[in-house]
Formats: sequence, structure tokens, C-alpha cells
Amino acid sequence: MVQDNGKEPTLALKLRVWRQRRGQPGAFEEHALPAVPTSASFLEMMDMLNEQLIAQGKDTFAFDHDCREGICGMCSMTINGMPHGPIPGVTTCQLHMRNFRDGETITVEPWRARAFPVLKDLAVDRSAFDKVIQSGGFITVRTGSAPEANNIPVPKPIADEAMDAAECIGCGACVASCKNGSAMLFVGAKINHLNILPQGQAERDRRTLAMVKTMDDAGFGNCTNYGECQAHCPKSITLDVIAKLNRDYLRARVKEFFSSTGKPSKGGD
Amino acid sequence: MTDYLAGEKSGSRPAQDAPEFQAVVKDVNARVAKLLSINGTKSPRYYHKALGKITWGQCGMARDKAGLEQAIRDLQALRDDFWKNVKVVGSGEALAPELERAGRVADFLDFGIMMCLDALTREESCGGHFRTEYQDAGEAQRDDAAFAHAAVWEWQGDGQLPARHIEPLVYEETQLSTRSYK
Repeated sequence: MVQDNGKEPTLALKLRVWRQRRGQPGAFEEHALPAVPTSASFLEMMDMLNEQLIAQGKDTFAFDHDCREGICGMCSMTINGMPHGPIPGVTTCQLHMRNFRDGETITVEPWRARAFPVLKDLAVDRSAFDKVIQSGGFITVRTGSAPEANNIPVPKPIADEAMDAAECIGCGACVASCKNGSAMLFVGAKINHLNILPQGQAERDRRTLAMVKTMDDAGFGNCTNYGECQAHCPKSITLDVIAKLNRDYLRARVKEFFSSTGKPSKGGD
Repeated sequence: MTDYLAGEKSGSRPAQDAPEFQAVVKDVNARVAKLLSINGTKSPRYYHKALGKITWGQCGMARDKAGLEQAIRDLQALRDDFWKNVKVVGSGEALAPELERAGRVADFLDFGIMMCLDALTREESCGGHFRTEYQDAGEAQRDDAAFAHAAVWEWQGDGQLPARHIEPLVYEETQLSTRSYK
């Protein structure tokens, strides 16, 4: 680490960054950055690399980002083999270069999962998550004016549990870290968030069946309890949401079986 | 807004072969082609930072006539420079973050000029929009006789200054008053 008096320390880094065009095979490209400030975020370091590439007349690396404050779920890089990098409980945008060593070689890849095809370089298509949300990640209420919040009492432990699940920002790190490419931590978080609240009861079973079906149709794998997702989730969502997802799914399937009339469902529970 | 969007019927969007739609497609394609063809020396981010420096310095919490006039001249020069010397890598056929950025920065340059023009036209201080010439013992000095209106600016085409339209704020029952922070 180079440190001048009164100046911020900088790192000289070697980068192996994934380059890929949509539908074509990809490969790593090697680049060097001579002086990266340790206070820079990982995305700012990528901005520096891209500015250097523009100056050299080369194409930049595409990567997703938006809020850069850890809440939007857009940033999505696999850094040295770990989604969102080596620090637990942070997104890539909140990962700072002080966590790396001078002279280090950093490998940067996109999320790797069948359900997330690469759009370009480090940006992947996560619309499979949107489809899962569209299939059940909502409650149906009349829009126009917000109902009085105190009309429906929510016990504090339930509110806390729902809020913990609602922390999921839908980034897809769970899928990227899983050997099976399973999205069950994401779906479990969304199901748990809505299914335990009073407002979520009306559509509980329908929601669970629809979201699980959409998840399976999108090509995500199944959970075999490796727990990698829990280790890499930037919001520290825990595996118990998957157990609760399985419980709710079983409940919904059993109810569906016994309530089946042989006619197509009208969509009610 | 309330249920404005919820009431929108699906399928009520204009058809893609509508002349307005086709005209926008043509404009956007021409703009993309222009941005990609300039092939200058400075990145879109360079212009974004330069723009931020000008507006932060001259159109921040406290601004004055001379500073705003200077900012408009600086921004017009920066905009001219952008359209001559920006370098946009990538292509219009695939995901191209630098092209997206260049498009946004081009809009921001126009918008920055409009923002300074709006601040310049408003010859009063109103809350956090503080024109240093208009103050009363350090307090923001409003001019309700001249500025009791809501104003919008209308786009007049590339390189043209926007046109200002106003809608007077008419109060029948209440009197406008000034809050004192002392």
C-alpha cells in the first residue's frame, strides 16, 4: 500500500473481468489500475476502470447499479468467487477497496445461473425475479386512498418477522451463490413477508402455489440446504424462510387437494 | 395521483405505428447515431462532473445574478463542447451503458441551463432558493407582487432557450404572509 503524507492510501490492482456479448461465449480480460483510493467503493473502482478504457478507445464493462447505498438490489457482481464480495451483509456498492490488498488480483464475474442469462459483461437479466413477484408478490386492495393503518392490528413479533423478510432486495445473490441455482431464499423471503401478515391471508395459498410454480418454470433449481445463499445474502436473510416456504407450500397443496372439485380453480382460497 | 394509474386500461396505449410514435423513434435513432458518431476525446462522465461543478457553484442554496449569468454562459459552452467532443463507446445495437449515460448527460445539460434561467428570472428569495441580492437582514425576501405564480418552462427545440409560462396563485380567503425565523 502506497501512502503519501496527508494523502489517501491507494492500491495497485490487477483485474480479471468477464467480457461477454449476449448469446456469445465470454472470456476474462485482464486490466491494471495503478492507483485506486482505498475509500473508493467497488463500483467506483469499476467506474475508474471504465474511464480508463474510454481513454484507450475501448468498450467499457457493462454492470448494473442504481442507488449505490445498498437498498435497490441492482448491483450484482461475483467478486473473487463470492456474490457481493468477501464482506458479509453488504452489497457490492457498499464494499470498499480498503478490504483488498495492494498488488492483489481481483476476479470479477457476473451472477452465474441458468435463469439469469448474461446481457453483457457483468449485467445479467433478472426478469425471472420480476415474473415471480408478478405471480404473487402482492396483496389485492383497492387503490385510491390508503386505509387507516390501525384498522388491522399486527402483533409486534409478526411485524418484526415480516420486516426481516421484507429486507430482501431481490438482488439474486442467493441464486448466484447456490450450486443448484435455487431462488428459494428469495421466494421464501417474499412468501414469508406477505404470508404471515393479516393483510396477506386472503391470497396466502394462491400466492404460495403461484410463486413456486413461476420459480420452477423460470429454471431455478431446488434447495438442498447448502446454505451458501444465507452466507452471501447482503441482507442476511436466513434459511428459516425456506423452511417456512416449504411448510406453506405443503399446506397449500394439501388444501388444494382436498378442496379440488375437478373443475378449474376460480382463483379463491 | 390516487388511483390514476390503477384505472388505466391495459391495451389503451397508442399503437406503435402511430405517427407520433414513429416520429419519436426517428428522433431517438438520429440522436443515438449522432452521439455515437462524434467520437471525440472526453467521456460522458467528464461532462457530468463539469456540469455538476458549475451548477453546484452558481445555482446552489445561495445564488446571484452575475453568477447565474456566468453559469448559463458556461453551461452553453459546455453543451457545445459536449456535442463536438464527447466520446461514446459501444453501439446502438446492444446494451451500452456509456450511450445511456451520454443521453442522460445531454438532457442534464439542457436542464441545467433551464434551472439557472429559472433561478435568474426569479428576482426574489423564497425559502431555500436564496438570491443573495434579495434579503432583509439575512432573511429571504419574497416579492409576492411580481412572483405569486407557479411557472413552467416549455422546450423550444435543440439549442434554443425554453419559454416561460405562468399560472397566477390566487388566494381568495387567506392572505399571503411571511414567516419569521427570528
